[in-house]
Amino acid sequence: MMATLTFYLAGVIAVIATLLAITRSNPVHAVIYLVNSFFALALLFYLLGAPLLAAWELIIYAGAIMVLFLFIIMMLKLSPSSAEKGLMATSGQWVPVVLLAVALAGCTMLLTGLDSLTARGIPRWHATPRDFGYSLFKEYALAVEIASFQLLFAAVGAFYVGRPDEPKDSRGGA
Amino acid sequence: MIVPLEHVLVLSTVLFTLGLICVLARRNLIMILIGVEVMLNAVGLSFVGASAFWQNLDGQMMVIFLMAMTSAEVSISLAMVVYLQRRKNSVDVRSFNEMRG
Repeated sequence: MMATLTFYLAGVIAVIATLLAITRSNPVHAVIYLVNSFFALALLFYLLGAPLLAAWELIIYAGAIMVLFLFIIMMLKLSPSSAEKGLMATSGQWVPVVLLAVALAGCTMLLTGLDSLTARGIPRWHATPRDFGYSLFKEYALAVEIASFQLLFAAVGAFYVGRPDEPKDSRGGA
Repeated sequence: MIVPLEHVLVLSTVLFTLGLICVLARRNLIMILIGVEVMLNAVGLSFVGASAFWQNLDGQMMVIFLMAMTSAEVSISLAMVVYLQRRKNSVDVRSFNEMRG
């Protein structure tokens, strides 16, 4: 029962945080709200029996990809005038962030402390890292290799696209 | 399964629609990429929900490959954002409405 309640709470938080994220005029605020939404999504993943995916949602999405977004936004040095004219007011934006964060922390407390449906806060059916790794590297070994190729190509492509400008005339000789 | 599969799918659809609105309505390139992220996560949620419904690990495997794909997509697309910013000094999609290099 408590797990079901937590699911709906986390779902509402995810929708609210996403709604706030897509209406921000400042991309930095949008990224912070999106991190909030990813925390709620990680809780949903955990409740649906994917604890490893919940951890990776936080590590990869919230920890790596969103920080990459923040780095790029900082690198671009967007002037305030180049930001879109706001769809909503920009003051007091930390209030919903704090509210959402407190609600998420409350959900996690509920899940770990008071849950009666599940034993020790773990959903009844869940994929243990052992099952997960076995399935990933046994049945999907080829796909893992292809994904690693894909990441390599992406790294090379990002390096190529993001290289510093070269003089125009040297391109003809290359 | 703690909730019916339909509720997971409804939540996933709502999140996907929010991401789609973000992609279609915003004009900032970075906000468009954020919308794509929201959509990918919504799809991942539906995969995990289906995985829990059938108690089968294949859906979770798809989410892992979705994450790998997202990492590649984000690195390429952010590099292109940096490139476009360098070229036109703007991240507004309206300044990229011509194909002439």
